[in-house]
Amino acid sequence: MTVITLPEDKIEVRIKLSEDKIEKINEICDSFDNDPGELINVLHETQMTYGYLPAEVQEVIAHKLNISVAQVYGVVTFYSFFTMVPKGEHPISICMGTACYVRGAEKILEEFKNELNIKVGETTADGKFSLNCLRCVGACGLAPVAMIGDKVYGRIAPDGVKAILSEFE
Amino acid sequence: MHILLCGGTGCQSSGSSVILDNLQKELLMKGLSDEVQVIRTGCFGFCEKGPIVNVLPDNTFYVEVKPEDAREIIDEHVIKGRQVKRLLYVDPENKQHVPDSKHMGFYKKQLRIALRNCGFIDPENIDESIAHDAYMALGKVLTEMSPTEAIDIIKKSGLRGRGGGGFPTGLKWEITSQSVSDKKYVVCNVDEGDPGAFMDRSILEGDPHSVLEAMAICGYCIGADEGLIYIRAEYPLAIKRLKIAIKQAEEYGLLGENILDTGFNFKIKLRYGAGAFVCGEETALIHSMEGKRGEPANKPPFPSVKGYLDKPTNVNNVETFANIPVIINKGAEWFSAIGTEKSKGTKVFALAGKINNVGLIEVPMGITLREIIYEIGGGIKGGKKFKAVQTGGPSGGCLTEKHLDTPIDYDNLIQAGSMMGSGGMIVMDEDDCMVSVAKFYLDFIVEESCGKCAPCRIGNKRLSEILEKICEGNGTQEDLERLKNLSNVIKDTSLCGLGQTSPNPVLSTMTNFWEEYKEHVHDKKCRSGHCKNLLYYVIDPEACIGCMLCVRNCPVFAITGERKQSHFIHQDKCIKCGACMEKCKFDAIHLTPDYVMA
Repeated sequence: MTVITLPEDKIEVRIKLSEDKIEKINEICDSFDNDPGELINVLHETQMTYGYLPAEVQEVIAHKLNISVAQVYGVVTFYSFFTMVPKGEHPISICMGTACYVRGAEKILEEFKNELNIKVGETTADGKFSLNCLRCVGACGLAPVAMIGDKVYGRIAPDGVKAILSEFE
Repeated sequence: MHILLCGGTGCQSSGSSVILDNLQKELLMKGLSDEVQVIRTGCFGFCEKGPIVNVLPDNTFYVEVKPEDAREIIDEHVIKGRQVKRLLYVDPENKQHVPDSKHMGFYKKQLRIALRNCGFIDPENIDESIAHDAYMALGKVLTEMSPTEAIDIIKKSGLRGRGGGGFPTGLKWEITSQSVSDKKYVVCNVDEGDPGAFMDRSILEGDPHSVLEAMAICGYCIGADEGLIYIRAEYPLAIKRLKIAIKQAEEYGLLGENILDTGFNFKIKLRYGAGAFVCGEETALIHSMEGKRGEPANKPPFPSVKGYLDKPTNVNNVETFANIPVIINKGAEWFSAIGTEKSKGTKVFALAGKINNVGLIEVPMGITLREIIYEIGGGIKGGKKFKAVQTGGPSGGCLTEKHLDTPIDYDNLIQAGSMMGSGGMIVMDEDDCMVSVAKFYLDFIVEESCGKCAPCRIGNKRLSEILEKICEGNGTQEDLERLKNLSNVIKDTSLCGLGQTSPNPVLSTMTNFWEEYKEHVHDKKCRSGHCKNLLYYVIDPEACIGCMLCVRNCPVFAITGERKQSHFIHQDKCIKCGACMEKCKFDAIHLTPDYVMA
């Protein structure tokens, strides 16, 4: 198998990733035998390591797997699990599954938007919270539900949002 | 003595891990750790009342247990042998305590085949699975049957795909087995993207071995030596338990090389999805497994002929697989005796929404909606009036009061304008606006459309815009006609199943709730009060004392009236800012869906 290394000058000019970061991404690719068929697994692993997948990271992966950057970008933007912007320290996901929707998830989302003063998909200026929607946590008995980090908050009332956020202050 | 504790996602979210710790701590303190075993099982199904603790052998079923209740359960029940009455389920009808699950309305009408072990075994311990007959069917197939004989049993059982389409499973296996190739694949579809559905996840979290066993059986039947499980990355608990289960099965020689000394090899790997609803479609799923964008392809060729890496591939859903071992063990006749003429066996539904008993249920095909909603589900929350049930997720449709007594099976649901789907069942009451519900599903489709074909990508966007317009009170008669025509065009011209079924929520709500659409458009009224633009501020003449406060505060001078006489809001001028309601000190201003003429 031919291992493609990045030309040194290009790393300096176009990609502002540190050497050890590039090394780490290369390691991840190696662990999947640099197989383009494993692209989604590579992206999962990389996102788990860095929290998000900026264009620079995608370029390194594309070189390493010997596929076009467009192909990597196409996959990253197709799947909602992958993100190109860093999430907040406490990522908030509001469940917008049907069960939560009919039990008032819209109002909860509005309340979070107002309290944090950000839109869906954005991160607060201090990097503390980011807001997203997801489809079904599987805790429909607790609807409406939101996840902050790994913790699930159930049976949220619109006037309870403030109290939840204050836990993180 | 055993204490079973629900470790499903629902109960874990409400603190079942802390309960587990507390139970174990209490047992340790009382020196009972060796005699009483605490087991974290999969989902019991009764999510509404979680977290659930079940004490065996007397089968006492404790509901809504809190971490601080652990001590009382150990002190009272385990040591003194007395049930903790306050933690028992209370029958809402006669207010009696029900100590065991068998006598609860929620469980009485259920028949658990796919969920047979969920809530009874520790999913992280293969020995417990084996004690409950796991891998017996695999042994039987490998040692006593030819692939054709095994396929014959599945065919005769009448099992149909539980992912939603309802294609006969045995026939699918037969077609794949007849494809000639040096390599074939078995794929398990766990891309459960239907919002509000969590059947497949619960099976994998509660009984992963049943699916692994069935995949191996399928592999033997079709001539494959490799299985792939395509699972959503959003299901961390299911992934963890699958990994443990695969490892344990390999150690026991039940997966891997030369299984049970029969020379049959079968290995299973995991592939992760990354959040795309369309990947539940099998050709899109295969693209995604190959590391590409999950866009669907034209069929034929079907995956049974040309699938993963262009090799014949058999794709089945989790619930379909979970049925296989039981069918092999108990026989095709046993299975085909359950259900209706063309739909055999049971179906798992995720019952949610405005219903008293939210949870995971498994019922024989042919049961009526009335039985599900009023007997198992315990009726509508808050005593409200039933309006509709949405089945089949974003591709399905609504069933209404007139369908309450229709036996549920694949064909009846399609005839009623909905579909079986993967098993989401969302109950709606009089407070839900059906136009908004249609819009909710459309928005989901717009977000999830892969963009490959124009009818789905552009058409659904337009549908969503028209619905938005109607909900805001700007709809016209032409919009209603356009909605219908465009829906039919999308249905006829889209490439894959997602697109072809995407207008279903619109069409089905238009058929069943035409009145509501008409009211939105012609009367500018939303009877449920959900659409904000179709609500009107009115003054209650009884409560209004004529203080002029609202008259002075209305920014558009829409309120008229004399001092000490009740005031009046002119709807044609009102901009619905709500300033009047905020200012009124006598609670005399209300929001109502009924337009009041001046």
